[in-house]
Amino acid sequence: MIRRLELSIARVPLHVVLVGMALAWFIPTLGLLISSFRTQDAVLSSGWWTVLRNPFLAGQFTLENYKAVLEAQGMARAFVNSIIITVPATVLPILVAALAAYAFAWMDFPLRRTLFILVVGLLVVPLQMTLIPILRLYNKTRLAGTFPGIWLAHTGYGLPLAVYLLRNFFSEIPRDLFESAFLDGASRWTAFRVIVLPLSVPALASLAIFQFIWVWNDLLVALVYLGGTEKVAPLTVRLSSLVNSLGQNWHLLTAAAFISMALPLVIFFSLQRYFVRGILAGSVKG
Amino acid sequence: MSQKRDWVPWLYLAPALLILGVYLVYPIVGTVYYSFFDKRSEHFVGWANYKWALTSKVMHIAFRNNILWLIFFTVFVVAFGLLLAVLADRVRYESPLKSIIFLPMAISFVGAGVIWKFVYAYRPKGAPQIGLLNAIITALGGEPVGWLVNRSVNNFALIVVGIWVWTGFCMVVLSAAYKGIPRELLEAARVDGANEWQIFRYVTLPLMVPTIAVVTTTMVINVLKVFDIVYVMTNGDFGTEVLANRMYKEMFNFRNYGRASAIAVILLLAIIPVMLINIRRFQEEEALR
Repeated sequence: MIRRLELSIARVPLHVVLVGMALAWFIPTLGLLISSFRTQDAVLSSGWWTVLRNPFLAGQFTLENYKAVLEAQGMARAFVNSIIITVPATVLPILVAALAAYAFAWMDFPLRRTLFILVVGLLVVPLQMTLIPILRLYNKTRLAGTFPGIWLAHTGYGLPLAVYLLRNFFSEIPRDLFESAFLDGASRWTAFRVIVLPLSVPALASLAIFQFIWVWNDLLVALVYLGGTEKVAPLTVRLSSLVNSLGQNWHLLTAAAFISMALPLVIFFSLQRYFVRGILAGSVKG
Repeated sequence: MSQKRDWVPWLYLAPALLILGVYLVYPIVGTVYYSFFDKRSEHFVGWANYKWALTSKVMHIAFRNNILWLIFFTVFVVAFGLLLAVLADRVRYESPLKSIIFLPMAISFVGAGVIWKFVYAYRPKGAPQIGLLNAIITALGGEPVGWLVNRSVNNFALIVVGIWVWTGFCMVVLSAAYKGIPRELLEAARVDGANEWQIFRYVTLPLMVPTIAVVTTTMVINVLKVFDIVYVMTNGDFGTEVLANRMYKEMFNFRNYGRASAIAVILLLAIIPVMLINIRRFQEEEALR
Protein backbone atom coordinates (compact mmCIF):
# COMPACT_ATOMS: atom_id res chain seq x y z
CA MET A 1 0.00 0.00 0.00
CA ILE A 2 2.70 2.47 1.00
CA ARG A 3 4.90 1.25 -1.82
CA ARG A 4 2.07 1.97 -4.21
CA LEU A 5 1.61 5.47 -2.81
CA GLU A 6 5.33 6.12 -3.19
CA LEU A 7 5.15 5.00 -6.80
CA SER A 8 2.29 7.36 -7.58
CA ILE A 9 4.04 10.24 -5.84
CA ALA A 10 7.13 9.55 -7.91
CA ARG A 11 4.93 9.88 -10.98
CA VAL A 12 3.62 13.33 -10.05
CA PRO A 13 6.32 15.23 -11.99
CA LEU A 14 5.52 13.13 -15.06
CA HIS A 15 1.86 14.16 -14.93
CA VAL A 16 2.76 17.78 -14.24
CA VAL A 17 4.92 17.92 -17.36
CA LEU A 18 2.43 16.18 -19.62
CA VAL A 19 -0.71 17.93 -18.41
CA GLY A 20 1.16 21.23 -18.43
CA MET A 21 2.15 20.76 -22.07
CA ALA A 22 -1.35 19.67 -23.03
CA LEU A 23 -2.76 22.84 -21.47
CA ALA A 24 -0.15 25.05 -23.11
CA TRP A 25 -1.01 23.53 -26.48
CA PHE A 26 -4.77 23.64 -26.03
CA ILE A 27 -5.45 26.94 -24.29
CA PRO A 28 -4.51 29.31 -27.17
CA THR A 29 -7.06 27.62 -29.45
CA LEU A 30 -9.66 27.59 -26.70
CA GLY A 31 -9.20 31.33 -26.22
CA LEU A 32 -9.79 31.88 -29.92
CA LEU A 33 -12.92 29.75 -29.94
CA ILE A 34 -14.46 31.41 -26.87
CA SER A 35 -13.65 34.93 -28.05
CA SER A 36 -15.28 34.30 -31.40
CA PHE A 37 -18.63 33.91 -29.58
CA ARG A 38 -18.30 37.02 -27.40
CA THR A 39 -19.53 40.52 -28.15
CA GLN A 40 -17.10 43.24 -29.19
CA ASP A 41 -17.53 45.06 -25.87
CA ALA A 42 -16.86 41.92 -23.87
CA VAL A 43 -13.79 40.95 -25.89
CA LEU A 44 -12.24 44.40 -25.54
CA SER A 45 -13.05 44.95 -21.88
CA SER A 46 -12.12 41.62 -20.30
CA GLY A 47 -10.00 38.57 -21.00
CA TRP A 48 -11.78 35.57 -22.55
CA TRP A 49 -10.91 33.45 -19.51
CA THR A 50 -13.27 35.52 -17.35
CA VAL A 51 -16.06 33.64 -19.13
CA LEU A 52 -14.96 30.47 -17.35
CA ARG A 53 -16.22 31.87 -14.03
CA ASN A 54 -19.80 31.77 -15.31
CA PRO A 55 -19.67 29.60 -18.40
CA PHE A 56 -23.43 29.10 -18.55
CA LEU A 57 -24.49 32.69 -18.06
CA ALA A 58 -27.13 33.23 -20.71
CA GLY A 59 -26.76 36.09 -23.15
CA GLN A 60 -22.99 36.48 -23.00
CA PHE A 61 -22.47 34.52 -26.22
CA THR A 62 -23.46 35.61 -29.68
CA LEU A 63 -23.34 34.37 -33.26
CA GLU A 64 -23.22 37.90 -34.62
CA ASN A 65 -19.44 37.77 -35.20
CA TYR A 66 -19.80 34.80 -37.50
CA LYS A 67 -22.66 36.44 -39.36
CA ALA A 68 -20.59 39.60 -39.75
CA VAL A 69 -17.44 37.94 -41.08
CA LEU A 70 -19.28 35.54 -43.36
CA GLU A 71 -21.29 38.29 -45.01
CA ALA A 72 -19.65 41.69 -44.61
CA GLN A 73 -16.03 40.45 -44.54
CA GLY A 74 -16.37 38.00 -47.40
CA MET A 75 -15.46 34.83 -45.51
CA ALA A 76 -18.40 32.94 -47.03
CA ARG A 77 -17.13 33.72 -50.52
CA ALA A 78 -13.61 32.79 -49.42
CA PHE A 79 -14.84 29.47 -48.05
CA VAL A 80 -16.44 28.62 -51.39
CA ASN A 81 -13.23 29.69 -53.17
CA SER A 82 -11.18 27.45 -50.90
CA ILE A 83 -13.38 24.49 -51.84
CA ILE A 84 -13.21 25.35 -55.54
CA ILE A 85 -9.42 25.55 -55.32
CA THR A 86 -8.77 22.58 -53.06
CA VAL A 87 -10.87 19.79 -54.55
CA PRO A 88 -9.38 19.79 -58.08
CA ALA A 89 -5.94 20.63 -56.65
CA THR A 90 -6.20 17.40 -54.64
CA VAL A 91 -7.65 15.08 -57.28
CA LEU A 92 -5.53 16.22 -60.22
CA PRO A 93 -2.03 15.64 -58.81
CA ILE A 94 -2.96 12.25 -57.39
CA LEU A 95 -4.42 11.14 -60.70
CA VAL A 96 -1.41 12.28 -62.72
CA ALA A 97 0.98 10.87 -60.12
CA ALA A 98 -0.74 7.48 -59.99
CA LEU A 99 -0.25 7.01 -63.74
CA ALA A 100 3.43 7.94 -63.59
CA ALA A 101 4.03 5.93 -60.41
CA TYR A 102 2.57 2.86 -62.11
CA ALA A 103 5.03 3.27 -64.98
CA PHE A 104 7.94 3.78 -62.58
CA ALA A 105 6.98 0.75 -60.51
CA TRP A 106 6.00 -1.81 -63.16
CA MET A 107 7.22 -0.83 -66.61
CA ASP A 108 10.56 -0.82 -68.33
CA PHE A 109 11.72 2.19 -70.24
CA PRO A 110 14.99 3.96 -70.87
CA LEU A 111 16.05 6.51 -68.23
CA ARG A 112 13.64 5.03 -65.72
CA ARG A 113 16.11 5.30 -62.87
CA THR A 114 17.43 8.72 -63.84
CA LEU A 115 13.96 10.19 -64.14
CA PHE A 116 12.97 8.80 -60.77
CA ILE A 117 16.09 10.23 -59.14
CA LEU A 118 15.05 13.56 -60.64
CA VAL A 119 11.69 13.19 -58.88
CA VAL A 120 13.45 12.44 -55.58
CA GLY A 121 15.62 15.51 -56.08
CA LEU A 122 12.63 17.73 -56.83
CA LEU A 123 10.97 16.67 -53.54
CA VAL A 124 12.73 19.33 -51.51
CA VAL A 125 13.05 22.18 -54.02
CA PRO A 126 11.76 25.30 -52.26
CA LEU A 127 8.60 26.71 -53.82
CA GLN A 128 10.33 30.07 -53.87
CA MET A 129 12.53 28.85 -56.72
CA THR A 130 9.52 28.57 -59.01
CA LEU A 131 7.41 31.63 -58.24
CA ILE A 132 8.85 34.26 -60.58
CA PRO A 133 9.12 32.26 -63.83
CA ILE A 134 5.65 30.76 -63.32
CA LEU A 135 4.13 34.11 -62.50
CA ARG A 136 5.66 35.54 -65.69
CA LEU A 137 4.29 32.62 -67.66
CA TYR A 138 0.88 33.12 -66.05
CA ASN A 139 0.83 36.81 -66.82
CA LYS A 140 1.56 36.04 -70.47
CA THR A 141 -1.01 33.25 -70.75
CA ARG A 142 -3.61 35.02 -68.58
CA LEU A 143 -3.64 32.18 -66.07
CA ALA A 144 -2.77 34.57 -63.22
CA GLY A 145 -5.76 35.13 -60.96
CA THR A 146 -7.67 32.13 -62.31
CA PHE A 147 -8.67 28.85 -60.68
CA PRO A 148 -7.17 26.63 -63.43
CA GLY A 149 -3.87 28.46 -62.90
CA ILE A 150 -3.74 27.57 -59.22
CA TRP A 151 -5.02 24.01 -59.81
CA LEU A 152 -2.12 23.38 -62.17
CA ALA A 153 0.39 25.05 -59.87
CA HIS A 154 -0.63 22.88 -56.92
CA THR A 155 -0.55 19.86 -59.19
CA GLY A 156 3.04 20.65 -60.11
CA TYR A 157 4.10 21.25 -56.52
CA GLY A 158 2.31 18.15 -55.24
CA LEU A 159 3.58 15.79 -57.94
CA PRO A 160 7.09 14.84 -56.75
CA LEU A 161 5.84 13.66 -53.39
CA ALA A 162 2.79 11.91 -54.82
CA VAL A 163 4.83 10.11 -57.50
CA TYR A 164 7.48 9.14 -54.95
CA LEU A 165 5.06 7.75 -52.37
CA LEU A 166 2.78 5.99 -54.83
CA ARG A 167 5.66 4.41 -56.72
CA ASN A 168 7.02 3.00 -53.46
CA PHE A 169 3.58 1.75 -52.54
CA PHE A 170 2.77 0.28 -55.95
CA SER A 171 6.05 -1.60 -56.15
CA GLU A 172 5.13 -3.50 -52.97
CA ILE A 173 2.23 -5.17 -54.81
CA PRO A 174 3.11 -8.86 -55.38
CA ARG A 175 4.36 -9.59 -58.89
CA ASP A 176 2.20 -12.74 -59.16
CA LEU A 177 -0.93 -10.65 -59.27
CA PHE A 178 0.27 -8.93 -62.42
CA GLU A 179 1.60 -12.08 -64.02
CA SER A 180 -1.66 -13.95 -63.66
CA ALA A 181 -3.61 -10.96 -64.91
CA PHE A 182 -1.43 -10.67 -68.00
CA LEU A 183 -1.74 -14.43 -68.59
CA ASP A 184 -5.49 -13.90 -68.61
CA GLY A 185 -4.92 -11.37 -71.35
CA ALA A 186 -5.32 -8.21 -69.29
CA SER A 187 -3.77 -5.04 -70.67
CA ARG A 188 -1.57 -2.82 -68.56
CA TRP A 189 -4.42 -0.35 -68.29
CA THR A 190 -6.74 -3.09 -67.01
CA ALA A 191 -4.13 -4.18 -64.48
CA PHE A 192 -3.87 -0.60 -63.29
CA ARG A 193 -7.61 -0.29 -62.82
CA VAL A 194 -8.29 -3.74 -61.40
CA ILE A 195 -5.16 -4.44 -59.34
CA VAL A 196 -3.22 -1.30 -58.57
CA LEU A 197 -5.92 1.21 -57.72
CA PRO A 198 -8.12 -1.01 -55.51
CA LEU A 199 -5.11 -2.28 -53.54
CA SER A 200 -3.83 1.25 -52.97
CA VAL A 201 -6.91 2.84 -51.44
CA PRO A 202 -5.28 3.43 -48.02
CA ALA A 203 -2.21 5.07 -49.60
CA LEU A 204 -4.36 7.15 -51.93
CA ALA A 205 -6.56 8.26 -49.03
CA SER A 206 -3.62 9.33 -46.87
CA LEU A 207 -2.08 11.19 -49.77
CA ALA A 208 -5.39 12.86 -50.61
CA ILE A 209 -5.82 14.06 -47.04
CA PHE A 210 -2.28 15.43 -46.96
CA GLN A 211 -2.70 17.25 -50.26
CA PHE A 212 -6.12 18.56 -49.25
CA ILE A 213 -4.84 20.02 -45.97
CA TRP A 214 -1.72 21.37 -47.67
CA VAL A 215 -3.70 23.20 -50.33
CA TRP A 216 -6.43 24.34 -47.95
CA ASN A 217 -3.85 25.83 -45.58
CA ASP A 218 -1.57 27.22 -48.28
CA LEU A 219 -1.01 30.96 -48.24
CA LEU A 220 2.02 31.60 -50.45
CA VAL A 221 0.90 29.92 -53.67
CA ALA A 222 -2.54 31.53 -53.53
CA LEU A 223 -1.09 34.92 -52.67
CA VAL A 224 1.30 34.84 -55.63
CA TYR A 225 -0.88 33.36 -58.38
CA LEU A 226 -4.35 34.49 -57.34
CA GLY A 227 -3.65 37.81 -55.65
CA GLY A 228 -5.94 39.34 -53.09
CA THR A 229 -9.09 39.94 -55.18
CA GLU A 230 -12.10 38.81 -53.20
CA LYS A 231 -13.61 37.02 -56.16
CA VAL A 232 -10.94 34.31 -56.13
CA ALA A 233 -9.11 34.61 -52.78
CA PRO A 234 -9.24 31.53 -50.54
CA LEU A 235 -9.69 31.62 -46.75
CA THR A 236 -6.01 31.95 -45.90
CA VAL A 237 -5.51 34.96 -48.16
CA ARG A 238 -8.72 36.61 -46.98
CA LEU A 239 -7.88 35.97 -43.32
CA SER A 240 -4.39 37.37 -43.67
CA SER A 241 -5.75 40.56 -45.21
CA LEU A 242 -8.34 40.81 -42.43
CA VAL A 243 -5.49 40.65 -39.90
CA ASN A 244 -4.32 43.94 -41.40
CA SER A 245 -7.68 45.61 -42.00
CA LEU A 246 -9.48 44.59 -38.81
CA GLY A 247 -6.56 45.31 -36.47
CA GLN A 248 -7.89 45.09 -32.92
CA ASN A 249 -11.38 43.80 -33.82
CA TRP A 250 -10.62 40.53 -32.12
CA HIS A 251 -14.26 39.44 -31.98
CA LEU A 252 -14.28 39.36 -35.80
CA LEU A 253 -10.74 38.08 -36.35
CA THR A 254 -11.25 35.14 -34.03
CA ALA A 255 -14.47 34.18 -35.78
CA ALA A 256 -12.83 34.48 -39.20
CA ALA A 257 -9.87 32.39 -38.06
CA PHE A 258 -12.15 29.70 -36.73
CA ILE A 259 -14.05 29.54 -40.02
CA SER A 260 -10.76 28.93 -41.82
CA MET A 261 -9.94 26.04 -39.50
CA ALA A 262 -13.33 24.40 -39.31
CA LEU A 263 -13.00 21.98 -42.21
CA PRO A 264 -9.45 20.76 -41.44
CA LEU A 265 -10.53 20.23 -37.82
CA VAL A 266 -13.51 18.14 -38.93
CA ILE A 267 -11.17 16.03 -41.07
CA PHE A 268 -8.70 15.79 -38.22
CA PHE A 269 -11.28 14.49 -35.75
CA SER A 270 -13.17 12.20 -38.12
CA LEU A 271 -10.23 10.69 -40.02
CA GLN A 272 -7.47 11.03 -37.48
CA ARG A 273 -5.62 7.87 -38.45
CA TYR A 274 -5.47 8.73 -42.17
CA PHE A 275 -4.76 12.31 -41.29
CA VAL A 276 -1.72 11.43 -39.21
CA ARG A 277 -0.48 8.96 -41.82
CA GLY A 278 -0.92 11.53 -44.56
CA ILE A 279 0.91 14.27 -42.71
CA LEU A 280 3.75 11.89 -41.88
CA ALA A 281 4.05 10.71 -45.45
CA GLY A 282 4.02 14.24 -46.75
CA SER A 283 6.53 15.64 -44.35
CA VAL A 284 9.42 16.07 -46.76
CA LYS A 285 7.57 18.29 -49.19
CA GLY A 286 9.27 21.42 -50.50
CA MET B 1 6.60 -6.80 -69.81
CA SER B 2 9.37 -5.18 -71.80
CA GLN B 3 9.40 -5.17 -75.55
CA LYS B 4 11.55 -3.30 -77.99
CA ARG B 5 10.42 0.26 -78.62
CA ASP B 6 7.71 0.07 -76.04
CA TRP B 7 6.15 3.51 -76.10
CA VAL B 8 3.26 2.72 -73.76
CA PRO B 9 5.12 3.71 -70.54
CA TRP B 10 5.55 7.20 -71.95
CA LEU B 11 1.78 7.56 -72.23
CA TYR B 12 1.54 7.02 -68.49
CA LEU B 13 4.50 9.29 -67.78
CA ALA B 14 3.72 12.11 -70.17
CA PRO B 15 1.30 14.19 -68.05
CA ALA B 16 3.56 14.01 -64.98
CA LEU B 17 6.76 14.77 -66.88
CA LEU B 18 5.16 17.65 -68.71
CA ILE B 19 3.85 19.23 -65.52
CA LEU B 20 7.11 18.65 -63.62
CA GLY B 21 9.00 20.20 -66.49
CA VAL B 22 6.82 23.29 -66.63
CA TYR B 23 6.30 23.85 -62.89
CA LEU B 24 9.63 22.76 -61.41
CA VAL B 25 12.46 22.19 -63.86
CA TYR B 26 11.96 25.18 -66.15
CA PRO B 27 11.40 27.65 -63.26
CA ILE B 28 14.57 26.51 -61.46
CA VAL B 29 16.60 27.34 -64.55
CA GLY B 30 14.62 30.56 -65.02
CA THR B 31 15.14 31.75 -61.47
CA VAL B 32 18.90 31.13 -61.60
CA TYR B 33 18.96 33.08 -64.89
CA TYR B 34 16.91 36.02 -63.57
CA SER B 35 19.11 36.25 -60.49
CA PHE B 36 21.88 37.64 -62.71
CA PHE B 37 19.66 40.33 -64.22
CA ASP B 38 18.26 43.65 -63.02
CA LYS B 39 14.85 44.18 -61.43
CA ARG B 40 12.93 43.85 -64.71
CA SER B 41 15.24 41.15 -66.07
CA GLU B 42 16.38 43.42 -68.91
CA HIS B 43 20.06 44.01 -68.22
CA PHE B 44 22.72 41.56 -67.11
CA VAL B 45 24.15 42.65 -63.76
CA GLY B 46 26.55 39.83 -62.93
CA TRP B 47 26.77 39.07 -59.23
CA ALA B 48 25.21 42.38 -58.12
CA ASN B 49 22.04 40.79 -56.70
CA TYR B 50 24.07 38.27 -54.73
CA LYS B 51 26.36 41.01 -53.51
CA TRP B 52 23.30 42.89 -52.29
CA ALA B 53 21.91 39.73 -50.71
CA LEU B 54 25.09 39.09 -48.78
CA THR B 55 25.97 42.63 -47.76
CA SER B 56 22.81 44.73 -47.26
CA LYS B 57 21.51 45.48 -43.78
CA VAL B 58 17.99 44.08 -44.37
CA MET B 59 19.44 40.82 -45.60
CA HIS B 60 21.77 40.58 -42.62
CA ILE B 61 18.75 40.82 -40.34
CA ALA B 62 16.98 38.17 -42.41
CA PHE B 63 19.99 35.84 -42.28
CA ARG B 64 20.36 36.38 -38.55
CA ASN B 65 16.71 35.59 -37.95
CA ASN B 66 16.77 32.51 -40.17
CA ILE B 67 19.69 31.28 -38.07
CA LEU B 68 17.76 32.04 -34.86
CA TRP B 69 14.83 30.07 -36.27
CA LEU B 70 17.11 27.28 -37.43
CA ILE B 71 18.65 26.82 -33.99
CA PHE B 72 15.81 27.48 -31.56
CA PHE B 73 12.94 26.11 -33.60
CA THR B 74 14.76 22.92 -34.54
CA VAL B 75 16.16 22.21 -31.08
CA PHE B 76 12.85 22.77 -29.33
CA VAL B 77 10.55 20.89 -31.72
CA VAL B 78 12.83 17.87 -31.71
CA ALA B 79 13.40 18.00 -27.93
CA PHE B 80 9.70 18.46 -27.14
CA GLY B 81 8.78 15.78 -29.65
CA LEU B 82 11.21 13.36 -28.06
CA LEU B 83 10.09 14.23 -24.53
CA LEU B 84 6.45 13.67 -25.41
CA ALA B 85 7.16 10.48 -27.34
CA VAL B 86 8.97 8.92 -24.39
CA LEU B 87 6.78 10.25 -21.55
CA ALA B 88 3.33 9.90 -23.10
CA ASP B 89 3.96 6.18 -23.45
CA ARG B 90 3.76 5.90 -19.65
CA VAL B 91 0.33 7.37 -19.00
CA ARG B 92 -3.20 6.20 -19.64
CA TYR B 93 -4.27 9.43 -21.33
CA GLU B 94 -1.64 9.02 -24.06
CA SER B 95 -4.05 9.16 -26.97
CA PRO B 96 -6.03 12.33 -26.06
CA LEU B 97 -2.74 13.98 -25.08
CA LYS B 98 -1.24 13.24 -28.48
CA SER B 99 -4.37 14.49 -30.24
CA ILE B 100 -4.11 17.82 -28.45
CA ILE B 101 -0.43 18.25 -29.31
CA PHE B 102 -0.97 17.18 -32.93
CA LEU B 103 -4.05 19.34 -33.46
CA PRO B 104 -2.21 22.50 -34.62
CA MET B 105 -0.94 20.53 -37.65
CA ALA B 106 -4.50 20.75 -39.00
CA ILE B 107 -4.57 24.52 -38.70
CA SER B 108 -3.08 26.85 -41.31
CA PHE B 109 -0.12 28.99 -40.32
CA VAL B 110 -2.35 31.98 -40.95
CA GLY B 111 -4.85 30.62 -38.43
CA ALA B 112 -2.05 29.84 -35.99
CA GLY B 113 -0.80 33.39 -36.50
CA VAL B 114 -4.18 34.83 -35.49
CA ILE B 115 -4.43 32.52 -32.47
CA TRP B 116 -1.04 33.62 -31.19
CA LYS B 117 -1.41 37.27 -32.09
CA PHE B 118 -4.34 37.19 -29.68
CA VAL B 119 -2.29 35.42 -27.01
CA TYR B 120 0.36 38.15 -27.41
CA ALA B 121 -2.14 41.05 -27.50
CA TYR B 122 -0.74 44.09 -25.73
CA ARG B 123 -2.47 46.90 -23.83
CA PRO B 124 -0.69 49.71 -22.01
CA LYS B 125 -0.19 49.31 -18.29
CA GLY B 126 -3.40 49.82 -16.32
CA ALA B 127 -5.80 48.85 -19.14
CA PRO B 128 -7.34 45.37 -18.85
CA GLN B 129 -5.07 42.91 -20.61
CA ILE B 130 -7.03 40.78 -23.08
CA GLY B 131 -3.99 38.83 -24.27
CA LEU B 132 -3.39 35.75 -22.14
CA LEU B 133 0.35 36.19 -21.78
CA ASN B 134 0.29 39.82 -20.68
CA ALA B 135 -2.63 39.05 -18.35
CA ILE B 136 -0.51 36.41 -16.62
CA ILE B 137 2.48 38.73 -16.40
CA THR B 138 0.50 41.65 -15.00
CA ALA B 139 -1.31 39.36 -12.56
CA LEU B 140 2.10 38.34 -11.26
CA GLY B 141 2.97 42.02 -10.84
CA GLY B 142 5.02 42.51 -14.00
CA GLU B 143 4.81 45.09 -16.77
CA PRO B 144 2.98 44.20 -19.99
CA VAL B 145 5.31 43.35 -22.89
CA GLY B 146 4.80 44.22 -26.56
CA TRP B 147 5.70 40.69 -27.61
CA LEU B 148 5.65 41.33 -31.35
CA VAL B 149 7.29 44.77 -31.37
CA ASN B 150 9.89 44.48 -28.63
CA ARG B 151 13.08 43.60 -30.48
CA SER B 152 14.58 41.54 -27.70
CA VAL B 153 11.69 39.06 -27.62
CA ASN B 154 9.71 39.28 -30.86
CA ASN B 155 11.70 36.75 -32.86
CA PHE B 156 11.31 34.26 -30.07
CA ALA B 157 7.59 35.04 -29.86
CA LEU B 158 7.31 34.04 -33.53
CA ILE B 159 9.49 30.96 -33.10
CA VAL B 160 7.18 29.79 -30.29
CA VAL B 161 4.31 29.74 -32.80
CA GLY B 162 6.35 27.55 -35.13
CA ILE B 163 7.20 25.21 -32.26
CA TRP B 164 3.54 25.06 -31.26
CA VAL B 165 2.58 23.97 -34.77
CA TRP B 166 5.33 21.42 -35.48
CA THR B 167 5.96 19.68 -32.14
CA GLY B 168 3.04 17.33 -32.79
CA PHE B 169 4.61 16.18 -36.01
CA CYS B 170 7.95 15.40 -34.36
CA MET B 171 6.17 13.69 -31.49
CA VAL B 172 4.25 11.32 -33.77
CA VAL B 173 7.28 10.28 -35.82
CA LEU B 174 9.51 9.84 -32.76
CA SER B 175 6.77 8.05 -30.86
CA ALA B 176 6.48 5.46 -33.65
CA ALA B 177 10.24 4.89 -33.40
CA TYR B 178 10.07 4.65 -29.61
CA LYS B 179 7.31 2.08 -29.71
CA GLY B 180 9.43 0.07 -32.13
CA ILE B 181 12.11 -0.48 -29.50
CA PRO B 182 11.68 -4.00 -28.08
CA ARG B 183 10.24 -3.74 -24.55
CA GLU B 184 12.51 -6.57 -23.34
CA LEU B 185 15.51 -4.38 -23.99
CA LEU B 186 14.22 -1.68 -21.65
CA GLU B 187 13.11 -4.26 -19.08
CA ALA B 188 16.51 -5.92 -19.12
CA ALA B 189 18.17 -2.59 -18.38
CA ARG B 190 15.70 -2.00 -15.54
CA VAL B 191 16.45 -5.43 -14.06
CA ASP B 192 20.14 -4.60 -14.23
CA GLY B 193 19.42 -1.64 -11.97
CA ALA B 194 19.62 1.21 -14.48
CA ASN B 195 17.48 4.21 -13.59
CA GLU B 196 15.06 5.78 -16.06
CA TRP B 197 17.53 8.47 -17.12
CA GLN B 198 20.29 5.93 -17.76
CA ILE B 199 17.91 3.77 -19.77
CA PHE B 200 16.96 6.79 -21.87
CA ARG B 201 20.55 7.93 -22.30
CA TYR B 202 22.20 4.60 -23.05
CA VAL B 203 19.46 2.44 -24.56
CA THR B 204 16.59 4.51 -25.97
CA LEU B 205 18.48 7.47 -27.36
CA PRO B 206 21.12 5.53 -29.37
CA LEU B 207 18.37 3.40 -30.91
CA MET B 208 16.41 6.48 -31.93
CA VAL B 209 19.28 8.42 -33.49
CA PRO B 210 18.38 7.53 -37.12
CA THR B 211 14.79 8.74 -36.66
CA ILE B 212 15.91 11.84 -34.82
CA ALA B 213 18.20 12.59 -37.78
CA VAL B 214 15.34 12.26 -40.27
CA VAL B 215 13.01 14.45 -38.19
CA THR B 216 15.71 17.05 -37.72
CA THR B 217 16.42 17.24 -41.46
CA THR B 218 12.73 17.64 -42.20
CA MET B 219 12.47 20.46 -39.68
CA VAL B 220 15.55 22.18 -41.09
CA ILE B 221 14.03 22.15 -44.59
CA ASN B 222 10.83 23.58 -43.14
CA VAL B 223 12.41 26.30 -41.13
CA LEU B 224 14.64 27.62 -43.91
CA LYS B 225 11.50 28.51 -45.85
CA VAL B 226 9.52 29.92 -42.92
CA PHE B 227 7.13 32.49 -44.37
CA ASP B 228 3.46 32.44 -43.37
CA ILE B 229 3.91 33.00 -39.63
CA VAL B 230 6.16 36.00 -40.14
CA TYR B 231 4.06 37.41 -42.99
CA VAL B 232 0.86 37.31 -40.94
CA MET B 233 2.14 38.30 -37.51
CA THR B 234 4.72 41.05 -38.16
CA ASN B 235 5.38 41.09 -41.91
CA GLY B 236 9.04 41.20 -41.01
CA ASP B 237 8.80 44.55 -39.21
CA PHE B 238 10.62 45.40 -35.97
CA GLY B 239 13.62 43.26 -36.85
CA THR B 240 11.75 40.01 -37.55
CA GLU B 241 12.48 39.71 -41.27
CA VAL B 242 13.29 36.26 -42.69
CA LEU B 243 14.57 35.23 -46.12
CA ALA B 244 11.30 33.93 -47.57
CA ASN B 245 9.34 36.98 -46.46
CA ARG B 246 12.05 39.26 -47.84
CA MET B 247 11.85 37.44 -51.15
CA TYR B 248 8.10 38.00 -51.26
CA LYS B 249 8.58 41.70 -50.53
CA GLU B 250 11.25 42.10 -53.22
CA MET B 251 8.92 40.36 -55.64
CA PHE B 252 5.64 42.16 -54.94
CA ASN B 253 6.36 45.35 -53.04
CA PHE B 254 9.53 46.40 -54.84
CA ARG B 255 9.04 44.51 -58.12
CA ASN B 256 12.71 43.56 -58.05
CA TYR B 257 12.81 40.15 -59.69
CA GLY B 258 16.59 40.07 -59.75
CA ARG B 259 16.98 40.36 -55.99
CA ALA B 260 14.00 38.10 -55.29
CA SER B 261 15.52 35.43 -57.54
CA ALA B 262 18.89 35.71 -55.82
CA ILE B 263 17.22 35.08 -52.44
CA ALA B 264 15.42 32.05 -53.85
CA VAL B 265 18.68 30.65 -55.21
CA ILE B 266 20.31 31.11 -51.80
CA LEU B 267 17.46 29.13 -50.23
CA LEU B 268 17.93 26.39 -52.80
CA LEU B 269 21.69 26.26 -52.17
CA ALA B 270 21.00 25.85 -48.46
CA ILE B 271 18.71 22.91 -49.19
CA ILE B 272 20.89 21.16 -51.80
CA PRO B 273 22.88 19.14 -49.21
CA VAL B 274 19.58 17.69 -47.98
CA MET B 275 18.60 16.93 -51.56
CA LEU B 276 21.84 15.01 -52.11
CA ILE B 277 21.38 13.10 -48.85
CA ASN B 278 17.86 12.15 -49.96
CA ILE B 279 19.09 10.92 -53.32
CA ARG B 280 21.88 8.90 -51.72
CA ARG B 281 19.49 7.37 -49.20
CA PHE B 282 17.14 6.47 -52.03
CA GLN B 283 19.94 4.78 -53.98
CA GLU B 284 20.96 2.79 -50.91
CA GLU B 285 17.38 1.67 -50.38
CA GLU B 286 17.09 0.66 -54.02
CA ALA B 287 20.28 -1.38 -53.78
CA LEU B 288 18.62 -3.40 -51.00
CA ARG B 289 15.48 -4.11 -52.96
